[in-house]
Parts: sequence; C-alpha cells; structure tokens
Amino acid sequence: MQFSENWLRSYVNTSLDSDALNHVMIMAGLDVDDSHPLGASFGDVVVGEIVGIKKHPDADRLQVCDVNIGNKTLQIVCGAANARQGIKVACALVGAKLPAINIKEAKVRGVESFGMLCSLKELGLSEEAEGILEMSHDLKNGTDVRTALDLNDQITTLKLTPNRSDCLSVWGVAREVAAITQSSVTPVVYHVNPIQHSDKKIVAVEEKTACPRYCGRIIKNIDNTKKLPDWMTSRLERSNIKSISPVVDITNYVLLEIGQPLHAFDHDKLQGDISVRYAKNEEPIHLLNDTKVKLSKKDLVIADNNGAIAFAGVMGGMPSSVTEHTKTIFLESAFFNPIVIAGKARAYNLSTDSSYRFERGVDFANTRQALERATSLILECCGGEAGEITEVVTTLPIRNQIHLRLKKLNAILGIEVPGQDVERIFHQLGFEVNKTIEGFKVTPPSYRFDITIEEDLIEEIVRLYGYDKIPSNHPISHQVMLPISKAHQNHLKDALTSRGFYEVVTYSFIEDEIEKSLHGNLHPIQLQNPIASQMSTMRSSLWGSHLEVLSYNLNRQISRLNIFEVAQTFHGAQKEFIETEVIAGLSYGSFMPEQWADKIRDVDFYDIKAHVEALISKTLNFKSSDKTPLALHPGQAAEIFLDGQSLGWVGKLHPKWQQHFSLPKAPYLFELNTSKLLQEKAFQYEEISKFLPVRRDIAIVIDESVEVDAILNAVYKAKIPFLNKMALFDVYQGKGIPENKKSVAFLILMQDTSKTLVDSEADFSVSKIVELLEKQFGATLRN
Amino acid sequence: MNNLDHTLNEAQKDFDQCQSLTDLDQAKAKYLGKNGVLTEALKSLGKLSAEERPKVGAEINVVKQGVEEALEKKRQAILNESQAQQLAEESLDVTLPSRKEEHGSLHPVTQTLHRIESLFHSIGFSVAHGPQIESDFYNFTALNIPESHPARAMHDTFYIDESFVLRTHTSPVQIRHLEKNKPPLKIISPGRVYRVDSDATHSPMFHQVEGLWVDQQVSFADLKGVIEDFLQNFFENKDLKVRFRPSYFPFTEPSAEMDMTWKGGWLEIGGCGMVHPEVFKHVGIDSNQYQGFAFGLGVERLTMLRYGVQDLRHFFNNDLRFLQQFI
Repeated sequence: MQFSENWLRSYVNTSLDSDALNHVMIMAGLDVDDSHPLGASFGDVVVGEIVGIKKHPDADRLQVCDVNIGNKTLQIVCGAANARQGIKVACALVGAKLPAINIKEAKVRGVESFGMLCSLKELGLSEEAEGILEMSHDLKNGTDVRTALDLNDQITTLKLTPNRSDCLSVWGVAREVAAITQSSVTPVVYHVNPIQHSDKKIVAVEEKTACPRYCGRIIKNIDNTKKLPDWMTSRLERSNIKSISPVVDITNYVLLEIGQPLHAFDHDKLQGDISVRYAKNEEPIHLLNDTKVKLSKKDLVIADNNGAIAFAGVMGGMPSSVTEHTKTIFLESAFFNPIVIAGKARAYNLSTDSSYRFERGVDFANTRQALERATSLILECCGGEAGEITEVVTTLPIRNQIHLRLKKLNAILGIEVPGQDVERIFHQLGFEVNKTIEGFKVTPPSYRFDITIEEDLIEEIVRLYGYDKIPSNHPISHQVMLPISKAHQNHLKDALTSRGFYEVVTYSFIEDEIEKSLHGNLHPIQLQNPIASQMSTMRSSLWGSHLEVLSYNLNRQISRLNIFEVAQTFHGAQKEFIETEVIAGLSYGSFMPEQWADKIRDVDFYDIKAHVEALISKTLNFKSSDKTPLALHPGQAAEIFLDGQSLGWVGKLHPKWQQHFSLPKAPYLFELNTSKLLQEKAFQYEEISKFLPVRRDIAIVIDESVEVDAILNAVYKAKIPFLNKMALFDVYQGKGIPENKKSVAFLILMQDTSKTLVDSEADFSVSKIVELLEKQFGATLRN
Repeated sequence: MNNLDHTLNEAQKDFDQCQSLTDLDQAKAKYLGKNGVLTEALKSLGKLSAEERPKVGAEINVVKQGVEEALEKKRQAILNESQAQQLAEESLDVTLPSRKEEHGSLHPVTQTLHRIESLFHSIGFSVAHGPQIESDFYNFTALNIPESHPARAMHDTFYIDESFVLRTHTSPVQIRHLEKNKPPLKIISPGRVYRVDSDATHSPMFHQVEGLWVDQQVSFADLKGVIEDFLQNFFENKDLKVRFRPSYFPFTEPSAEMDMTWKGGWLEIGGCGMVHPEVFKHVGIDSNQYQGFAFGLGVERLTMLRYGVQDLRHFFNNDLRFLQQFI
C-alpha cells in the first residue's frame, strides 16, 4: 500500500522524522518496502502573479511578463501560450536549480529576463506538460512552491503481511503508529448527513453469514463532472490511484482513508430492489474491467431484479457503473465475511483493492460511518441530496475474550515481561483488558481479525515490547549422540570430485519433448503452470539437463567437461508420485586436461566405467542388454548391477542425440540409484591365507562377439579347484589373429587355504579352465 | 725393496689415469690380480729366509694396503663422478607443468549445505528429508494455511494437479517428522523448493533449510541464541549482529524476520518463530506440554553473501568457469 507520509502525519502527531518513523514501523512488523521523497528536487521557485504582460519586440511567440513575487516585481520573458495577466504561476528565481536547468540572468532576443515561469515538466513533476503551471488564486505571492504544492512529502510503500488488514488504510497505519510510539491521534471525523429525500432501496440480504452488514443509500441530483478538491487529488495521486470520476475517486479515497471498500451504482440503471445472494450456476456478469465472466454458486453477488450487478467484495458491474452523466447513485458500504471472499478474485484472475481487503478482514464496526464519510465528500464536491440509509445487520463477528497467562508468555519468550508493561501495551493497542490471577483477559477490537488465541496476544506483546529485549540464550541441552552413516551421498560426491568432476545443480523440470524422447518417459509429470515451455515437465532422468549444461559450456569455448549431480528424479502419476535420488554424470572431451607430457586422447567407455566403479568399493557388474535407454548407443551401454540389483546405466550418447545437441564429440553418461548404491551391509572379515598363490597366464582366441564377463562367470560358476581369481589383462585383435576373432589373456591365481599349492595341482586347474573355455566358447589356446 | 716403493707410486699413477670402473679393474689386476706385482711379491716370500720373511712380508703388506687404499679412493672418485654425471643428465625443468589431473569441486550450494549441516550437527540437530512433489495438505493445510487463505498468495506455487504441488518451502518436512517422531526433537531439513518466479534474484528452484526444535521449554530466547551462533559461525564473524523484527507466517506465532548486519546495514536472512499451536494440533502434540521454534534460511542467499556472488542465475547455469572457482 502506497501513501503520502504527510497524509499519515495528519492523523498522528509524532516528532519522528521519516527515517525514524519508518524504523519504528519496520520494528513493529509493518514492513516499509520503499520510502522516497516526492518528485524531483528543486528549490528557489515561488508563487508569482503576472501583473503585466506585453509582446516581445523581436519575437512573435515570446511575451515579456511582469511577475510579482510578493516583495518585488520581476521582468521575465516567457514563451508559453497560456501566460496571461492575472494568473498565478510558479516562478523560478535567478539561482534556482531545476531538475534539468539552472536559472541565470539572461537576455532573450535582446530583452532582459530575471527568472523563468515553469511548467510541471520543468519542475520535474510530470512527464509532459502544456504551458506553464497555473496555480490557485488563493496562494500568496512569494510563497515557496514546494510548500504551496505540498511537495515536502515522502511517498511510503508498506508491504503488509496478510494478517494485518487493519493497516490497509492510512488511518489504520496512523492508529498503529500511535500505538507503537504512544502518540496522540486525530481520528477521521464522520458527520451524520441530513436526510434530504425519502427514496430508498429495499435490500434483501439472503446470505446473512456471508454478508452480516449491508448499508446503502440513494444520493440524488449529483454532478459527476466536478473537479475534486486539490488536497484529495494530490493524496490519490500520491497513492498512485488513477482518477476516473469524482464519485469513483471519492469511494477510492475513503477506501484508502479508512479501509472500507465502497461501491456506487448508477441508480437509474438498476431495476427494482437489491438482494445479496449467491450467484446462480454460470450466472453471467459484465464486470467493470470490461470482462464477461460466468460465476459459480459459491460466488456472492449483489443483484437487482434483472440479475447480478456486482461480484460482491470483488468488482462492480459495467452496465450499472457511474458515468459523467450519472445523476443519481446508490452508494453501498458492506461487510462481507472474509471466508466468503477469500480466493474468489484469484479464481477469476482478478485482483482488486476491494477483494484484497475483504478477504483479509474489513472493520465491521465502520460500515455505516464509511458510508456517511463518502456521502459527505460527494455532497461537498458534486452536490446532491442524500437519502436515508438502508441498513441490514445480522450476526456480526464476535471478538472473544482471550486469556493471556503471564506464565505462558514468559515461557514462550524466555523472559519475564512485567505485568504492567503487558497491560500498557494492550491499552496502547486499543484492546479491552481485564486482570486475572494468572494474567489478563483481553478482547481485541473489531478491526483486528488476527487475534484469536493466546499466542496471538503473545505476539502483540513482543511486537511492541521489542524482540531486542529478549536475550540470546546459548541453549543448554542434553547431548544426544547422533548416528553417523557411512552410506551418505557425500562419499559418492567426494569420489567424483577427486576424479576431476564438478558438481552441478540443474532444474528439476525439463522440456516435455526431451522427457518423452530422450528419457523415454511417455507419461511425464507435467506442471499446470510452468514458467516456460522448456521447463514444463518433471524429469525422470538428469541426462537431458546435463546435455544442456554441456551445450551451454561448449558455446563458451569449453571443450572438456566432467560433471555430476545428485538429485531426485520423478516418476508415476496421480497421487502415486515416486521420487528417486540418483547420481548422474557426464564426461566429454579429452581424457586428461591438455598437457605436454602424454598423448591426448578422448574419453571412452572404459573411462566412464572406471568413474562409475570409483563410486563404491564394492564390485559392480556391467551387463549389455537389449533394453538400452533411448539416450544411449546400443553397442556402448551397460546396465549396472550390485548384488543382482539393477542400479542404472552407463554408456555413450546415442549418435542421434549427439546430432540433436550439435555436439562435436560424443559424451559418456551414467546414472545410478543412490539408495540402492548406498545400502549398508555389515561385512565379515575373511582370514588371510598363509600360503602364497600360484599365478598362471593363458591367452585364448575366441569370436569377437563373446563377452569377457560371460567367460569369467562361466569359470567362476564351474568351481574350479583352488581357483582364487581370474582376471583379464590383455585384449588383442590384428596381425596373427583371424578376422572376427580376438585374443584375450587372463591371469589366473590359485591358492590352497591349507598348504602351498604344487605345480601339478595348478596345472590341473588351468587345464580344467582351458577345457571349459574350449567347450563353452569355442576357444583355442594361443601358443 | 726399492721396487716395492716404486710399486705404490706406479699404482697411484695407473689408477689416476683410469676413467672408468673397468679401467680401474684392469689396473687393479696389474697389482692385486692373480699375477699382479704384489701377489707375485707375496708368493716369493717363501723363497726368503725365516728371519727375513716377516720383515719383508710386513713391508709388502704396507705397500699392498697403500695400493688398496689408493684403489678404493679412486673407485669412490670414479663413482662420485659418474653419479654426478647421472645427476646432471637427469636433471629436469621442474617448473614444467605436471601431468595434472583436474580437481573437481562440489557445487557452492552443496558446500554451504555441508557447512550448515555440520554447524547444526554440532549442537545435536539431525537431518530430515521429504518429498519435493508434496500434497496440498503437507505444504499448506497442515501448516495452518487453509485453502483460499491469503497467505497462499505469498507462495507462487507450481501445481501438478488439484491436490499436489511442488513444495514451496521445506516446512512440510516439519509436519512429516512430527507425525513420526515424539518430542524432544531437533532437526534441520535442507532441500530444493520451488516458486513461480525467475529473475536475477529469484529462481524457480532454490534451496532452503528449515530448522525445528521442540521440547518442553524451548523459548524464543533459545531461538535467538541458536540463530546468532549459527550466523556468527557461518560467516566466521563474532561481531555479526542479528535483529529480529515482527512478521507473519501462518505456522509460527509469534513470528519474526531475521536480519543480520551486513556492509553497514541490515539484511534480511530468513524467517522464524515459535511453532503455531495449530501445527502441533495437526500432528497430535499437546501445545501445553511442548513448545518449540522453527526457522527457514535461503541457502543460495547465504552462499551469495559468503562468496560475493551477485547473480542468482550463476548457480543454475553451471558455467565451468564459475564452478572451477569453488575448488
């Protein structure tokens, strides 16, 4: 809410300057979002009166004015068309500093000029201006223009929390400032306007809970083309309210002044009586903002005999709105139950000052006074005659007495607040207080919708008592030993950073198309209101995001990238959403940073596989499969298993996607489920053999399609005697090996747990292995 | 015996001329080898009389000792020289760059999270997690933000469907934790949260840490102490001051914003308050028996302040040149 500080000060008498005033508001929970001096700074501009005027001897468009500034008369050359004898003007004296120029003595086409007559634009008060500013005749010549225009003002913008609807008016803020600073206030004066005619509307409030109080009156014979008084115009301008017509402006003014939304209907456009009821299903209404909506049965309306004329508490209707021709108005001031209005504007994508206040709570004790206040202002400005107020009151909200126990107050705050301070604060806030043995029974005023329980009272006390009076306790507690888990994602992260990977953080949402065709999720979880189309879908894999990070960096001339991320992936639908934490990464470019000592080569499958294996000390198994994810190259992809459980995938990016992302080289990717990876199992130590192992090496020739893993599995499965370990140490294709064949070499370690193995036993085991390989894989022993 | 006197001199000369250990071995053979001069001399002792033998023998041994010493000296000299040569040959430009492996790094947000987690771990807070696709109930209702409450407008929420949202804060973890655990309890819950907002100071996804301490006598004074200690330690500045000013959150009462001193002014750093009785009611805790505080901190905010990062978007662009600075 934006308003003029001078307006605020007209109600509350405080000696605090702007900064100090803002500070006390902030420290009491009224957040000052902005506070700045009004308009541009200028000085030495005074009210002058053109007492004589004649044509410039040498220029058609210029005139030479004699300007009286109180103590003397100055000769000033002026080019404005509206300069004429008798008007009061803003006269910048020699030496004045205006936003754009400094005023000096000058000769204009040979005629001396001792100052300048200013337009609003030249004073920095508006963007555009036609002619010089004409000021009120009531002003004394020589008066400082800043004072005359009330420019020594500050524009304050408050960012109020939703609980403080009582401060959604300048008077409300003043009342609060008075409570905080213990200052005196000058409340808004309400006159009871005399009844000047007997016409009145019959109002039928059908929904009494929704509208506990409704007031309305007919005002006849108004002139809605009159000009508002300057003080009101300037206050509205300073609150950034656009002027529409006097009647509408006055309702806006009263809204800002005391926080009561009002609505004026053009009486001649209404048919019959007024009723307050819920809309019929799909009841149409043409709103003031020129949109036509169909309301639902949950929306409250003001209706005449023809149907809805206003969306209650939200916005009036277009057909019954006041115009410059309006002669008779029906002026409404009502209290709508916050629950009934809450969320209604938002449901139709509307946001109005009225709904904003009603859904937070408007003072129901003020409904009638606000109507009187607006009536007075309308009669003053537009003339007219007021009719009798029709008022329908049913059950207004009740402010219950709340018991504040000092013991509870002190327990929550951790200090002893003296009872007399508590009592004083409640008085300052206008709460009704009664002492009890344990504390106070307190009744909040009608304008406080946020005080319903003991804790709310505690907040009020601490708010005005000051959080700074609470000491900082360095807590003493029983030390509880916390479990430490080895199975922590930090270990995974450390493993990768030590291998040169950078951790990234990418958005959890991705483009729908990527989710479908790269991640292969045909039933993605979509956002109803994404921020952009490329961020519309919850990702089921991190790969798409990581390829975007790669592209981003390649575009910045980075040619080598190793990145990873630990994040949730999202699957499932309709209340059965599954979130899985994964660790995923990407490796691209040269295997090592460019350097002089060794030959540079690009990363390959076995590099990324090593990175994956580095994540944990347990043995991972890698299997090729015909279910390769769409993102990966089917010939260079492996599913990763731990103890028979699938963890995820590793592989080269599919050439199709390499092309799609315009990547000069293919990146390698991996993604593993962390919870499965980090399952902790207690392990048992195995006795170290006292006997040394015997090593034998063999090389065999097999079809190139045979997977080494299959060979090793077959050998281990065969339970070869004494076999301790068999591992690959060479793969060769080329000279000496037939086409479509490969030579693979294994080292075989054999060991007996009870004695040193003799050569014949070792030879026997090796021969068993060779026999198996020949039989199962068509292997031939190489030399 | 003159011969023998000469022998030592000759040997010395021969040895001096040797360039290598091979040369020296040959020279050694000439004196100490099978047929060497001194070997021969010792052999010839037998021909001498019993009286002469010890005397001559002793003399020969003196010479032999001298030769052996000279030989050893030369051997050392040759070894030293060749080692010196090897060292000279093998010397490198040690300023050439190494075969360097790159150091990776943890994302700055992770580094901040680690810092937060260890500081709170040190005073007995454990870490709790919750889902990011959260039900309306946990994200709002159970936190005392009923349907159509104006406070819902404070959260620019991403919706999945009518009853599920992307969590707008980590506060729902409070509820989930309180449902399953009995007080006393102390937790922090770090994680990703989402709001429909995007510019230099807002990101549609960011990280929050929620803290919760519930016990019989935990007061606002304790909250102040914990937050002050935390911020002073996080920023390694014992003079850092924290200010609490009244605010509003539906799930705490009283509520406050936390500001800290920063570059001569006050800077908003998070929200906090005493757990609202409605929240306790939702999870079946008697608010006359237990009370507690909750607070929320923005992780990116803390990271930006600690490292002087100006633009929030850096954290999500993942420019390598940015990440490399956080090694």
